Amino acid sequence: MDPVRNRVDGGPSGPRPRRRFSRRNIFIYGTLFVVAVYYLLPLYVMIVTSLKGMPEIRLGNIFSPPVEITFEPWVKAWAEACTGLNCDGLSRGFWNSVRITVPSVFLSIAVASVNGYALANWRFRGADIFFTILIFGAFIPYQVMLYPIVIILREIGLYGTLWGLVLVHTIFGMPILTLLFRNYFTSLPEELFKAARVDGAGFWGIYFRIMLPMSLPIFVVAIILQVTGIWNDFLFGVIYTKPDLYPMTVQLNNIVNSVQGVKEYNVNMAATLLTGLVPLVIYFISGKLFVRGIAAGAVKG
Amino acid sequence: MAQYPRPVQLFRNLNAKIAAIPMIVTAVVIFAGGTIWTVVYSFTNSKLLPRVKWVGLDQYERLWSTSRWLISIENLMIYGVCSLIFSLVIGFMLAALLDQKIRFENTFRSIFLFPFALSFIVTGLVWQWILNPDFGVQSVIRELGWESFSFDPLYNPNIVIYGILIAGLWQGTGLIMCLMLAGLRGIDEDVWKAARVDGIPVWKTYLFIIIPMMRPVFITTLVIIASGIVRVYDLVVAQTSGGPGIASEVPAKYVYDKMFLGQNLAQGFAGSTMMLLSVLIVLIPWAYLEFGGKKRV
Amino acid sequence: MESVSIRDVSLNFGAVRVLEKLNLDVMEGEFLVLLGPSGCGKSTLLNCIAGLLDVSDGQIIIKERNVTWQEPKDRGIGMVFQSYALYPQMTVEGNLSFGLKNQGMPRDQIRERIERAAKILQIEPLLARKPAQLSGGQRQRVAIGRALVRDVDVFLFDEPLSNLDAKLRSELRVEIKRLHQKLTNTMIYVTHDQIEALTLADRIAVMKGGVIQQLDEPHTIYNRPRNLFVAGFIGSPPMSFLDGEVMAKGNGFSFRLGEHEVPLAGYVAETELAPKQAAIFGVRPEHVEIHHEGDVPETALYPATVDLEEPMGADSLVWVSLGGHTLSARVDSSQRFRRGDKVRIGFNLSMASIFDQETEIRL
Repeated sequence: MDPVRNRVDGGPSGPRPRRRFSRRNIFIYGTLFVVAVYYLLPLYVMIVTSLKGMPEIRLGNIFSPPVEITFEPWVKAWAEACTGLNCDGLSRGFWNSVRITVPSVFLSIAVASVNGYALANWRFRGADIFFTILIFGAFIPYQVMLYPIVIILREIGLYGTLWGLVLVHTIFGMPILTLLFRNYFTSLPEELFKAARVDGAGFWGIYFRIMLPMSLPIFVVAIILQVTGIWNDFLFGVIYTKPDLYPMTVQLNNIVNSVQGVKEYNVNMAATLLTGLVPLVIYFISGKLFVRGIAAGAVKG
Repeated sequence: MAQYPRPVQLFRNLNAKIAAIPMIVTAVVIFAGGTIWTVVYSFTNSKLLPRVKWVGLDQYERLWSTSRWLISIENLMIYGVCSLIFSLVIGFMLAALLDQKIRFENTFRSIFLFPFALSFIVTGLVWQWILNPDFGVQSVIRELGWESFSFDPLYNPNIVIYGILIAGLWQGTGLIMCLMLAGLRGIDEDVWKAARVDGIPVWKTYLFIIIPMMRPVFITTLVIIASGIVRVYDLVVAQTSGGPGIASEVPAKYVYDKMFLGQNLAQGFAGSTMMLLSVLIVLIPWAYLEFGGKKRV
Repeated sequence: MESVSIRDVSLNFGAVRVLEKLNLDVMEGEFLVLLGPSGCGKSTLLNCIAGLLDVSDGQIIIKERNVTWQEPKDRGIGMVFQSYALYPQMTVEGNLSFGLKNQGMPRDQIRERIERAAKILQIEPLLARKPAQLSGGQRQRVAIGRALVRDVDVFLFDEPLSNLDAKLRSELRVEIKRLHQKLTNTMIYVTHDQIEALTLADRIAVMKGGVIQQLDEPHTIYNRPRNLFVAGFIGSPPMSFLDGEVMAKGNGFSFRLGEHEVPLAGYVAETELAPKQAAIFGVRPEHVEIHHEGDVPETALYPATVDLEEPMGADSLVWVSLGGHTLSARVDSSQRFRRGDKVRIGFNLSMASIFDQETEIRL
């Protein structure tokens, strides 16, 4: 028997037709596209401005692409831009930021991961109280803690030093990172921890031999979170260090917002881009992990 | 029954307790202790150095009669309310659009989120440049033929806070979108199927089913935005330095200036205590809703 | 000789009492199963024996050593977990040697131990693999091997089969039983699966509410449950319970079920029966005989009506009502019953149970 005979003649048959340019699709993609342009515009303006000469900037508009591409603003921003009397450019701030970020990231993650591990697996009496205070601390405005920390750092002789700032970053990174690690370690099967205890491993043995090797992804997330966070910090840098130790963000602000001299917008934008480059590179390389990091920061314990 | 006494509790899990010392010190000394110290010293007349000379509520009276503080509060209110509303609405709409099983979802998400990776200083400086009346948006539109067009928020005291708002939203909505998207993805697929079988229009499903289901996400997001708003400082410093005049001052900047530049510590303490108070007004009901209702074991 | 002794052990989490003055002796070489519904305290008890939880009161003695305050590693126990808890980043060999390395055992001795255990468990070809590359059965063997290499006195199993599908579960069950016969270590095994308990155990401890309800051989647990809970928990399809009363009849007793009277000749009473007791008559489906009306003489049995037939493959479960009571009977699937059929049923009284309605204890 001819199988077609079984179908209703002329009625719908097979896959439902879909139009590629339905009104719904035009609306969705159109909106997303417009919004995407809004988000990308400042990045574009930064790049374009930093590649123009000053005469071209004075004449043209900020959105037009450079007629004559020049890298001089970049060189100037890196090596010659002035803050006050110092004219050695942003490079000093860059290296300061590196010297601040590397130990801060290491120390804050080391401390917080052990904290999280102790909280997740070795619940001791009173731990929850301290943890609650810590999490509350994440929401308290930094401003109420700024001055007491100045006093403490001064007492232990670290005020105005690089290590003082490292300590501050470790302290303020602690709530979110501890939460991150605690949640992660809690999500690991508890039986692994029990098995390791039956096998005779102690606190540090389990941490280094069992937990650490299983947690590399969360460490990467934490590193991303901390590198971008500490690199982008301004407030702590300006309060707890001295001018010759200022991180890149502080120096950038001083260069661009200095009242002396003629404003060189192309140099300013090159300097701004240079400062934003480190977190941007990390962002675009890490992709999903960055999202996971900020989402982890948002989920509650 | 004390027939079989237990070992001394203090020395059980000793290593875990030693490892937790940094956390305990931070929580108790810095977070709790530091906060209390600041609140206490806001009742003194400390100037260059903290000292214990009680003046009662003097600092607060002076604070609330200072026009700079009042402008700061007003700015914070405008900025706070607008950025709450706009970032929630825009963030949710973008998340809903991205949730339509579209192509290039990752690309769009990356674009919306990348400003969040940047420093507030960078954001502030870029927008300072874009909003520059002589070269930026205003001049470009005037060149296009609309000679009387005027948009110079950074030089107009009346609208300067909105100029900061634009930059703040540019940087922050991506995060809200991400949180909302995670919330949308967390909703059971079957809810959508049920709504479709029942013939409920998509917008109604969002409004009456999905958004109520995402209440916890909204509340958490609200707390995150709110605690971020109170801290707004770097953005203002970079974009306007509080100007023109004192038109774009914010409390965090007031506090910093009094503490570290104005040699008027107690004023700073009083200002920061007010900031703390405003956060607690948001935080305590939230913590109560979140943790008070259900006993967690 | 006792291998593990639990003496008066109690455990409270705050105000919640999880274990209540529990006593239990496990003999040398015995396979003891702790059986009960979730939340009955069986896993908690196992964790207490392992030393992963501190008891609030009482003592735990393993091999005549009071280990109540000892760390897990010092108790002479090995543990096999539900998820097997193999360390994912280590090879099979790494998993087996981790405990020995922590003891500080010399290398060649470790290798010797691992070789021996691998031979017993037939996992020699797997030693270089990671846990992710192993099948369910292989993982179980490695998990057991981890306890084996440490030369422990007692093996503790925490529901090792409950994550697996039915087929694999029955395979691994047999493997555990074989292993026990080969090793002759004491084994304590926690499960909520009665089939596992009945097939594996030398003795079963049925637990509920942190208390051991009955501790006996599987056969006794099944046929002479000590109370209503054990009777209802063990057996699938479950025992039918019928309310009634025990009454004196002539020089014996009978059980009144509505208008019927079932003579209790043949019932093995736990204690002296007494008349006029509100009681519950319990009978397993396979101990109910059922016939179509007319197939048997009318006087012998009790008349009932069929409600429902549940075919289960080899046999069928027939639900009948008998004067307002509902009970089930198991019949060979060659016999067919339909709703509304008039039938006659009888009970195998030597296999029945009668419980006091108030104390729920077997009479």
